[in-house]
Amino acid sequence: MSIEAVKADKAASQENWEPKILVFACNWCTYAGADLAGLSRLQYPPNVRILRVPCSGRVNPQFVIRAFQKGIDGVLVAGCHPGDCHYATGNYFTRRRYLVMQRLLEFMGMDPARFQARWISGSEGPKFQQVVTQLTQDIKALGPNRKLRDME
Amino acid sequence: MKRVGVFICHCGTNIAHTVDCEKVAKTAAEFPHVVFSTDYKYMCSEPGQMVIKNAIKEHKLDRIVVASCSPRMHEPTFRKCMESAGLNPYLMEMANIREHCSWVHPDKEKGTEKAIDLVKMAVAKVVKNTPLTRSSIPIHKRALVIGGGIAGIQAALDIADAGYVVDIVEKEPSIGGRMAQVDKTFPTLDCSACILTPKMVDAAQHPNINLVTYSEIEKVEGYVGNFEVTIRHKARSVDVSKCTGCGTCWEKCPTKVASEFELGLGTRKAIYTPFPQAVPNKPVIDRDNCRYFKTGKCMVCQKLCPTGAVDYTQEDQLETIRYGAIVVATGFDLFDHSVYGEYGYGKYPDVITGLQFERLINASGPTAGKIKRPSDHKEPKTIVFIKCVGSRDEAKGKPYCSKTCCMYTAKHATLVKEKIKDSQAIVFYMDVRTPGKNYEEFYQRAVDEYGVQYVRGRVSKIYQKGDKLIVKGEDTLLGKQVEVEADMVVLATAMVARSDAGDLARKVGFSYDQHDFFTEAHPKLRPVETHTAGVYLAGACQGPKDIPDSVSQASAAAAKVCGLLSKNEMATEPIISAVNESICSGCGLCISICPYKAIDLKTITERVHGKMLERQVAAVNSGLCQGCGACTVACRSSALNLRGFTNEQILAEVDALCL
Repeated sequence: MSIEAVKADKAASQENWEPKILVFACNWCTYAGADLAGLSRLQYPPNVRILRVPCSGRVNPQFVIRAFQKGIDGVLVAGCHPGDCHYATGNYFTRRRYLVMQRLLEFMGMDPARFQARWISGSEGPKFQQVVTQLTQDIKALGPNRKLRDME
Repeated sequence: MKRVGVFICHCGTNIAHTVDCEKVAKTAAEFPHVVFSTDYKYMCSEPGQMVIKNAIKEHKLDRIVVASCSPRMHEPTFRKCMESAGLNPYLMEMANIREHCSWVHPDKEKGTEKAIDLVKMAVAKVVKNTPLTRSSIPIHKRALVIGGGIAGIQAALDIADAGYVVDIVEKEPSIGGRMAQVDKTFPTLDCSACILTPKMVDAAQHPNINLVTYSEIEKVEGYVGNFEVTIRHKARSVDVSKCTGCGTCWEKCPTKVASEFELGLGTRKAIYTPFPQAVPNKPVIDRDNCRYFKTGKCMVCQKLCPTGAVDYTQEDQLETIRYGAIVVATGFDLFDHSVYGEYGYGKYPDVITGLQFERLINASGPTAGKIKRPSDHKEPKTIVFIKCVGSRDEAKGKPYCSKTCCMYTAKHATLVKEKIKDSQAIVFYMDVRTPGKNYEEFYQRAVDEYGVQYVRGRVSKIYQKGDKLIVKGEDTLLGKQVEVEADMVVLATAMVARSDAGDLARKVGFSYDQHDFFTEAHPKLRPVETHTAGVYLAGACQGPKDIPDSVSQASAAAAKVCGLLSKNEMATEPIISAVNESICSGCGLCISICPYKAIDLKTITERVHGKMLERQVAAVNSGLCQGCGACTVACRSSALNLRGFTNEQILAEVDALCL
């Protein structure tokens, strides 16, 4: 592809570009919170795809890196509030890993804002709506993830 | 070759309204491994399930994806459907296209696009699914109750009545707990001993209950249905089988010490039972204070004992017993009010706690039920009660409400007015909280009929003047300073967790909160269970509670225990961690991250280059593992994996979404 073609392609794609966001949701709190958002018909941008895990502590940082490599634009890991983990301590590890991951992403030259961790309980449908809406806006402002994306 | 079937549900119009289900089904048919794809109005209905079953037969499907509502809703339904079609129920995945898609995205085009993505992820995952089977663990039909207060006694009686053997382990020489110290109970004012002691005797005489008093929990191993509990029987120095409880020994014992049961208001001997109605009514020797153990001389009790039961050579004994379930009912302690300078740092003898007041008005207490000041044994005429001492005080005490103080203060004030006719009872309060059956009526009676004076405000200072205590405070309703010349002050001190609560929780292996109260599995829906399967909670060890609450929680815990013990075997969820022993390095990082103590190291022998070598690998206990997957992330070699949510499954979903 010539440089002009790449530029034209980029311009065209940026116009209708919609980010794709992956949400790792713990089964007990955030997944239930997203269910509640649905039940209450709270609308949010259709850019987010929820992947169910038993606990936010199940999310291996490798999954996040893999998603970025495969071209995802943003990743959210969401679980129970600290102290409320269904498995007692899982989200504390999530919290620590999140902080380390942010530093790692920064080191790799990526905007750490592409990776977020949030606590959303099963009763917080509106909070789920608000978090993913805000995240979608933030990622949109950041533009497509090109840094870690595998060469195609 | 995997053969996947995809079933898209319309959910009436719930999904079909904003998602083009036909298009989703058509697109899904093109996904790898998918051999059949269809849509239907109600997948969960009887005919909907027939669609699935017929398709499984007709197209020889070996796994399916159902795109419909939340798996939290209908996963069990479709798993059952799989089972009845002869497939393993875990070869099914759900794509949530209702709660997470149609209901939240009104744009049909975008909703359909997202639904396709969600189905694609589910297909990618289900391809990696493996058949899982529920295993079962045997249940040992014997229960342990830790703590012999009213909660422990009630739980034990209920379990024993259902026909199971129960052991009550109590660290004091007698069962009875805090309720044995209490004089009257609100809101009926019936005497505590009159309703408690029959229950204590019932427990002692019940053929299925063993009282293990003066003993503590040393170690707990194992898991639900199979706990191995080591109990330390502290040296009683009295042979229980010989002792008749005649009382000669403690009558003649020359050593007097302050009684713990009387909270320092009375004395006991060095060989003693904590209170006259003790069950079992057999004494112990307090070796720290006994003259024989201190000086080697005396031996009065041994000489006088008619049955020769006193045995100075006894030693602590350890015993290991297997239990199926554990009820923890260790109760509470009282807040130490000496942190409050305004109440005299606990130095004024006539400033006492509510529980000490209980002993003062108790007929079997140190004053035989006559209200007398601890300092000069005079009858007090003006008694001031201060509520919320240590409760609702984040600065020096605890932030929570202790729940019982409003009621017992109303009770104390009522009893003062009843026992001393010309007395004055003044209560300083922040709020009066009386939620409970007949509680508000009781409080109103204290105010209206007995003339107890309630002053809304905090006490700022208490000091001694002559033989009076001057109580200075503010009446915030009148906006005025108040000064009372009191003869005695009673503090409604907060209920706090036992000082050794954290130790016990760590020994048994369940969680506790920042105040050391034990944490229930769910604050509303699982209030008597802990996160550790087979361990249940009863009474004030879980949070401040009065007697009715403790008793009902104890019965609830007993019902849970009976439910567990009624089975011979228990099915375990197959979604648990599994170790790939060939790549496990035995580093043990997973052991410390596991919240359930479900992982241990075991030694395996393997043949390497013709030699037999021993090495250590992680082993997951299927009875304890709850399937959180924390260990899988901690594992550096990826030897641990969570069945049903394996690394491969999750990565397949990620890949399917991104590509």
